[in-house]
Amino acid sequence: LTNRTYKRKRQNLNNAGELELSFRINDMFTASSWTASVIAVILGFLTATLFLRAIGRNPSGMYQALLQVVSGFDSRRGTWNARYVGEWLVVSIPLILCALSMGFAVRSGLFNIGAEGQYIAGVTAAQITAIFFPPVPVLHLAAAVCAAMLAGAVWGGITGFLKARYRVSEVVAAIMLNYIALYLHRIITMRIPGSSTFRTVDFPVTASLSSSALAYLTNGSRLNYGLWFAAAAVVIYRIIMEKTALGFSLRAVGFNREAAQHAGIRVKLNITAAMMIAGAFAGLAGACVSLGVFSYGRILSSFDNYGFDGIAAALCGNCTGAGIAVTGLLFGMLKSAQPLMQARQIPGEITSIIMALVVVFLSLRSVIQMFAEWRMKRLRIKEVS
Amino acid sequence: MVYFQFAIKMIPSVLMIVSPILIAAAGGMICERSGILNIALEGLMTIGAMTAAVSHILLETKTGFSIPLALLIAAVSGGLFSLIHAFTCVTLRANQIISGTGINLLSNGLTVFVCQLIFRMDRSMNYRMGMRQGLFGIYPTIIIALVILAAVWFLMYKRPWGLRLRAAGEHPQALVCAGVSVNKIRYIAVLLSGLFAGLAGACIVLTQDIQFTVNTVNGKGFIALAAVSFGRRFPLGILGSGFLFGIFSSLAVNIINIEGMQFIPSEVFNMLPFLITLLILIVFGGKSQNTLGKVITRAYASPKPKVIR
Repeated sequence: LTNRTYKRKRQNLNNAGELELSFRINDMFTASSWTASVIAVILGFLTATLFLRAIGRNPSGMYQALLQVVSGFDSRRGTWNARYVGEWLVVSIPLILCALSMGFAVRSGLFNIGAEGQYIAGVTAAQITAIFFPPVPVLHLAAAVCAAMLAGAVWGGITGFLKARYRVSEVVAAIMLNYIALYLHRIITMRIPGSSTFRTVDFPVTASLSSSALAYLTNGSRLNYGLWFAAAAVVIYRIIMEKTALGFSLRAVGFNREAAQHAGIRVKLNITAAMMIAGAFAGLAGACVSLGVFSYGRILSSFDNYGFDGIAAALCGNCTGAGIAVTGLLFGMLKSAQPLMQARQIPGEITSIIMALVVVFLSLRSVIQMFAEWRMKRLRIKEVS
Repeated sequence: MVYFQFAIKMIPSVLMIVSPILIAAAGGMICERSGILNIALEGLMTIGAMTAAVSHILLETKTGFSIPLALLIAAVSGGLFSLIHAFTCVTLRANQIISGTGINLLSNGLTVFVCQLIFRMDRSMNYRMGMRQGLFGIYPTIIIALVILAAVWFLMYKRPWGLRLRAAGEHPQALVCAGVSVNKIRYIAVLLSGLFAGLAGACIVLTQDIQFTVNTVNGKGFIALAAVSFGRRFPLGILGSGFLFGIFSSLAVNIINIEGMQFIPSEVFNMLPFLITLLILIVFGGKSQNTLGKVITRAYASPKPKVIR
């Protein structure tokens, strides 16, 4: 053995704990069944209902607001307006994309808390391209969306590269990169000619994702072509993960880094690639929001929180494509129902509390595991005696 | 000369910004030394800030001791919320990042929710008078911060419990062999970090603001987390990194007042703490604590005396 390979062997031994962790992440969130998520969501709603009851508000208002978001039917006035459904989907689009970003990382044994930063990188790139690219129909829009995905991929790739090359914890690095992205976004976007402290000049119409047909269908909501991007992303996510060699090697790395290495999979390259693809999803979310919902470039003063809510959605959706689509819509429903609850004398923040409770309850999943271990132990003791 | 005068003038504002960062970072350091990563610092600080503001507003007219009381209540509520993190991470061995993210999300919703209930708006009322400044316009929070940091240093390096705390992070199995409960030490460490984070949140809201809003803490918890990483989890290192980051944050506010420096955007200084920490992580990345963020199995974690026959 040369000194170098010896060192690497030692490093691998040190990685044993890390390996166990990544194995557990996978074990907890991909191998388990749907039941845990459903139970966590039900418990979250139940706690919120009891909580509202305890402070003397009528919880039925919360459910009426949620019904109005999903169906457009206002049970107080007995009117029907499809605009609410459109707005629900508008909120869900970036949420689903950010959840896909988180999910992709988890399947590869990583934790992408940096979706927020990648989202902001996407927003910045989309806005700059929208303002400076020549206004050619279709091409302009395609360039802006591609630029956003590229920027997100680069930002995620930095996290992955640092993890793979320098063994920097991807969680801490991503937290730092989130804030670096936010302030860099402000520095760059405020330099664009014609910008004030909170917005840039208007985009040319050719850069807009807004769709008159979708808006007409939903009675003038802000629903846009981003819907198709989100739907396509869910399908692509599933195809990459389940049907390609890349997805297989990523999942192998996620399940067991050591075994993947011995099987000839290039683990370091895979970690970087996984974070790049995860970042591209979050970047696309940035493009969908900045080009679809707004007609001018925003200068963010704080996070939009799609990235953090996306973490909750991904964990709840078991990190599968279909699961994320469902939970993304569920959490989007909660988010877009906030103003409607406010009108029914229920503080809208109850929805954020539900989301957070779902995450906390999900982390209680290991109770089941502990119970199983305890039973095994009992069985073993019986066998011995 | 102009810059020197300006630096003198900036000292009170730097100390005001530094003290909550130092307090929260001291708690974060204890927590990370025990082997638990607490990314919920931000959320715990938000909760501390909200409880401090609410209790100060409600008690202001009734008693003269409302500020110390508010600090105490904030610390206790921060500690209570950190118990969620301790329970999920230590007892249930759940993922520490997920639990921390959950608490951060929960604090954002819950604090505004409470304000909605009490004040019927998404922020608290203004209070009449925040914390009073002491000598030279310096807030007493810096004294609290330095005392806490000194106490933490003493606890960690001069008491047997400190040795056990460090062992819990570096080599929990050794601690188990010595017959000490790792879980108990980690519980206390997380609880302490919650207490300090709550106190830090209270210091922010009572010195830098006139009311509680959801943006009161605004990333200070993550700056504290960065200060812990940048200070390499040593009390002296944290003192240095805390002051450095405080100076950057203060410059971000004051840069427009310095002649000849206006061309630098204030965001550069907002960004610097995170950028420097990232670079430091790259330099020291591989040498970081081995067990941090890793779950140790129950067999090791809770030593039950086994009688060998």
